[in-house]
Amino acid sequence: MAESKPNNGNTDWQKTWRQDPAAVADLVDAMTVEREGEAQQRHQQLLAKLRREVVEQPTIYLGTGTCGLGAGAGKTLQAVRDYLEQRNIDAQIVEVGCIGLCAVEPILDVQLPDRPRVSFKQVTEDRVAGLLDAVLQAGTVPSEMTLGQFRSEIAEAWADVPYLDEHPFFAPQTRWVLANCGVMDPTRIDEYMAHGGYAALAKALTQMTREEVCDMVESSGLRGRGGGGFPTGKKWKFALNTEADQKYLICNADEGDPGAFMDRAVIEGDPHRLVEGLAISAYAIGASKCYVYIRAEYPLAIRRLEDAIAQAEAAGLLGVDILGSGVELKVMIKQGAGAFVCGEETALIHSVEGRRGMPRPRPPFPAIKGLFDKPTIINNVETMANIPGIVANGSEWFSGVGTQTSKGTKVFALSGKVVRTGLVEVAMGTPLREVVFAIGGGIPDAKAYKAVQIGGPSGGCIPAQHLDIEIDYESLKTVGAMMGSGGLVVMDEATCMVDVAKFFMDFIQRESCGKCIPCREGTRRMLEILERITRGRKKEDGDGALERFKGVMYLERLADVIKDTSLCGLGQTAPNPVLSTLRWFRDEYEAHIYERRCPAHVCPELLTYTVDQELCKGCTLCAKTCPGGAILGAPKSPHTIDMDKCVGCGTCLNVCRFEAIAVD
Amino acid sequence: MVSNVKLQEVNAVLEDYPTAGRDALIPILQQVQKRQGYLSPQAVIRIGEHLNLAPSKVYGVATFYNQFRFSAPGQCHIQVCRGTACHVKGSAGVLETIQRLLKIEPGQTTRDGRFSLEVVACIGACGLAPLICCEENFHAQVSPAKAEKIIKQYQKKVTTDG
Repeated sequence: MAESKPNNGNTDWQKTWRQDPAAVADLVDAMTVEREGEAQQRHQQLLAKLRREVVEQPTIYLGTGTCGLGAGAGKTLQAVRDYLEQRNIDAQIVEVGCIGLCAVEPILDVQLPDRPRVSFKQVTEDRVAGLLDAVLQAGTVPSEMTLGQFRSEIAEAWADVPYLDEHPFFAPQTRWVLANCGVMDPTRIDEYMAHGGYAALAKALTQMTREEVCDMVESSGLRGRGGGGFPTGKKWKFALNTEADQKYLICNADEGDPGAFMDRAVIEGDPHRLVEGLAISAYAIGASKCYVYIRAEYPLAIRRLEDAIAQAEAAGLLGVDILGSGVELKVMIKQGAGAFVCGEETALIHSVEGRRGMPRPRPPFPAIKGLFDKPTIINNVETMANIPGIVANGSEWFSGVGTQTSKGTKVFALSGKVVRTGLVEVAMGTPLREVVFAIGGGIPDAKAYKAVQIGGPSGGCIPAQHLDIEIDYESLKTVGAMMGSGGLVVMDEATCMVDVAKFFMDFIQRESCGKCIPCREGTRRMLEILERITRGRKKEDGDGALERFKGVMYLERLADVIKDTSLCGLGQTAPNPVLSTLRWFRDEYEAHIYERRCPAHVCPELLTYTVDQELCKGCTLCAKTCPGGAILGAPKSPHTIDMDKCVGCGTCLNVCRFEAIAVD
Repeated sequence: MVSNVKLQEVNAVLEDYPTAGRDALIPILQQVQKRQGYLSPQAVIRIGEHLNLAPSKVYGVATFYNQFRFSAPGQCHIQVCRGTACHVKGSAGVLETIQRLLKIEPGQTTRDGRFSLEVVACIGACGLAPLICCEENFHAQVSPAKAEKIIKQYQKKVTTDG
């Protein structure tokens, strides 16, 4: 099997090709030929084995996605290998993707023969030996490290061990797109097929016409998950109904939105779901060539996807004459070179063509005239990953979940000031409060919730009074936010909203492609206004204060002009972070502008540090560490801060052991 | 002599794209940067010749994207994530600490060629914010104090290596 890999020479890759070629051939054959009698029994046994319903030897699963590796899963893996070798234990190690609970990584699961699989949290290298001693040798489950056990119909459940699907992080979720992430070996096509994979592709190719697939997706109510929310089936029909000798499908995996990582997790944890989605989508619109435009910063995701494509080609599920239907599809990977604006369809097309990634006016829409002037459909990873489920289970199954206008589920990347950071998938219409407080576990360190930033640089903030909002495309717009790609960054009382707005404007003005003036110049001016608001008085010269007030007066008008006159979605939504923070946190702006202070104690130039003369013991530690040399005082007598020299870095606050430094 | 060796590397990349059109430009630039660490003027001119593009056009594309750099990276390349989650958890302080320790701005390389610093938009591991990446090793939940420790560690390591 490994010989058919086009890019050989790299032995690492071939190690990941562990499947049994005969099993793959049998699984593919079973898609079109009904199994009977003894052959069917053998087939069922094969499926059960691949699904690991029961295992013959102890099996250790370790989440080694990028986030797991960041938490130290690489060292854990080595420790597990060493442990098994030293004690001569015959066990299998399976590297899986990210199950989504990033906060307690590295996550390691153990499955013993005839027992269900159990998940353990925070298994760093030093805890491996203790854990494996308990589970493999003594046959016990240490409760303090347990996340939960998987449900199994065959194996004998562990007594007194909670079920993983009852864990507060997992219980409220509806995991469709993420179903296999962190559960199954992402490098094996046979495991994916044993979990029902590629059955939807076979169904579409053998039983449905292109129109029927488009109809099914349209009536399911699936809308683009990349941010726009345009009905996917409708978009496909534009391309399907356009006559052309060549059509293209592009999958947008250029997750440029800071704070979103669902595409990476899906590709790392379940790449075959995406490949199957691509194959069905390409069939539906009549495309024979497909590009996956993926961020170069995701090396592991790229490797997993390359492997998955090669495996699918070798199994006859991609390439020429897929499953004997005469349908052809070639999937190619294009690495993005880092430009946020390439999330815009026409900019992305220019980038694939080898040009500067700048948008162009629409119409003509890409579905009519796109890549190399041919009809082109661009869909996001999550949209594509939803397709196999819809085709396999029907449009009613999909539209049965969600709200009036938004169907199905949505994956969110939950991060920031929240206890359980990670990747969550909930039904559309789930209240935001449930996502942040039930799934996310609320705000750490007993701090108060301030806002959730949703939709990245194009989105907005949702304050506490709207926490009960039911998340869907329309409801978010009513509070000045948008779905975006699904980044949910939680902010607590120690976050300054003016600083957040400044952060996004800084990002947007750097990423503005420069083609149209409102976006290029306007976002720059907005950033300058915000910078003036957060600049200290002593750095202002001449008419600095006047400019500051003038800027504030123009801020909202400027935002409106940028929104109304920009060429593409990037510019049209660029002022949103400012407008939304202005709408909900005007008092914070006013404190910055009129009182010249930062209520959250974030903007360094607006902070005043003072030494409490009673508490100061004169230990001189602050004076020694102050980078500006602003702290004066003799040893063993109370110190003072020279405000003219203070740079507001806060070092003194951090080093003081007597809590004698006050900040306002 | 040095530039000859470098041009051969560029030629080796171009051999994989014998009849390529413009759509191969970005992959070629990526391959060349992967081998050489950056895009030298000679490399840009050679790529332009191969694809029948003026060097200005090649530069036009290369400078548009954040990935491409035009000066050699240090022995230890440090990436600081400045995504939203990292920002909320204090990556600005981390970046400032590293800048102070190495005395360079993002996009620059230290004079001795040991360190280079880069700001990236999002590494995509927001659950572990703030994040920095040194020599392709991820360091999670980095505070300014932890950043100082990490940099000192690499300073020692790079010195002993060199």
